[in-house]
Amino acid sequence: MNPAPSIVFFTTASGAGYGLLFWLGLLRPVGLLPAVPAFALLCLAVALVLITAGLASSLLHLGNPQRAWRALSQWRSSWLSREGVAASITYVPALVFGWALWAGQPGLATLAGLLAAAGAAVTVWCTGMIYASLKPIPQWHHPLVAPGYVLLSAYSGMALLAAVSALGGVVGGPASFIVTLGIAGVILKLAYWNMIDGLRPVATAESATSLGFIGKVRPLDPPHTETNYLLREMGFRVARKHASALRKLALALAFGLPILLALLATQLGGGVALAALLLAALSALGGLLVERWLMFAEATHTVTLYYRGG
Amino acid sequence: MTCLPTPAPGAKKLGLVIDLDTCVGCQGCATSCKEWNASGHSAPLPDYKPYSAGAEGVWFNRVHSYEAGEGAEGRTVHFPRSCLHCETPACVTVCPTGASYKRAEDGIVLINHDTCIGCGLCAWACPYGAREMDEQQGVMKKCTLCVDRIYNETIPEAQRQPACVLACPTKARHFGDLGDPDSAVSRLVAERGGQPLMPELGYKPVNSYLPPRRRPDPAPVEDAPTQMDIRNPVLRWMDRVLSR
Repeated sequence: MNPAPSIVFFTTASGAGYGLLFWLGLLRPVGLLPAVPAFALLCLAVALVLITAGLASSLLHLGNPQRAWRALSQWRSSWLSREGVAASITYVPALVFGWALWAGQPGLATLAGLLAAAGAAVTVWCTGMIYASLKPIPQWHHPLVAPGYVLLSAYSGMALLAAVSALGGVVGGPASFIVTLGIAGVILKLAYWNMIDGLRPVATAESATSLGFIGKVRPLDPPHTETNYLLREMGFRVARKHASALRKLALALAFGLPILLALLATQLGGGVALAALLLAALSALGGLLVERWLMFAEATHTVTLYYRGG
Repeated sequence: MTCLPTPAPGAKKLGLVIDLDTCVGCQGCATSCKEWNASGHSAPLPDYKPYSAGAEGVWFNRVHSYEAGEGAEGRTVHFPRSCLHCETPACVTVCPTGASYKRAEDGIVLINHDTCIGCGLCAWACPYGAREMDEQQGVMKKCTLCVDRIYNETIPEAQRQPACVLACPTKARHFGDLGDPDSAVSRLVAERGGQPLMPELGYKPVNSYLPPRRRPDPAPVEDAPTQMDIRNPVLRWMDRVLSR
């Protein structure tokens, strides 16, 4: 599948923003974060900027962005529509949360923060399900895809939270969460890659053409000599050549370096911890961009059976 | 609405039956489709850079050619690929706007180009590659089963068929109601053992492909003896008489 830059950026940036919103809403009431409203407001601002930038980027993917509002209508059947609805609704408690923090209403802030956290989790789950519901793409129609989106969103959100917390002088808690979530992320990605490498094809050139009763089916003449939308969108295969190197790069940037930096930050504290956690957050986001790019580039679509056989 | 309609019992299921035995891969159906649909319901059907290198465009029908089998059993099969108007199409249910829909009255899968946002998700959801993006209008396009021909009372009744069916010089394409077990197309599917494509994905394609017929096994041919081989003069005379 063609890794459209707008979608790769959207799922990474909004994912991190929703992750940050989730942890902020959830951990603030239990006292694991700096108590000053300015801290929560800064986190909220970072989260909303990332979420909004990501959603705006996703609109660039559309052929007719001015009609995007129509995508809120088919939530009964479409995960993309559910994602749009969840993303829109989540803005309400998130903005109320911000207002309550500003106006000094701690009870309302806690309630709105928890609702925003729930909205963030639902939105990211819907994003994952858009991909997980597509049967023609076996690497996406996989039980680890939607949990992967949620976990990586939580992980990158925690990396951002730790960086902002370090500004407020709180290091230990968020940094140890980075380590835990990062290890979970490594395990999930390794399991996912291991499983998709041994994946049985969902269909064959024989079943795609109904000619299997004759024998093995091989493409002889293509229907067109130039490329087309299907081959550009579904037939993308550049990255599979470099998949193993890119997987290592994604693991190192997204998880390896941030985990090491988080451990370093818990040991050192102070200004070094702040620098380390800022670098960890940037590295995690960069690594997740590579991971998301691979998620597309490594995915194969059954339509390629018609063009390349299988 | 992108929720699928519940078809009434005995509801029409319009579709195509494509005979892979007689298709000669002439591309007549593909060009005829392009010609009709460039000015009909789905118009315009753009070509990008039509007069230079890298010419490509939106087509609803693509004719592939395959080799199937090995040795004496092996053969070349021409294979037209277009929308199968599935009974449970995922391209419809994934649509976030309701632009993609399946008609309750005849089962045709269509796109409302006025409400399509061009997200491309339906093309990802279709395993058959039946949908192609019109990158000039920013909306998805697909085979309409020539909905603007088959009900068109301004053209002669005999021509109220999809353009691809009318164009086929070998009559390899048939159009009709596959929901009616007594229709000509349903009988053809039953007689010839018509096959769905990728049935394992569960989208229940309505279009059916008739398999290439098995060639009869040729009987081994024995070399006939020549005059030189027949030594007996009586037999040689009989051979001459009978060979006349």
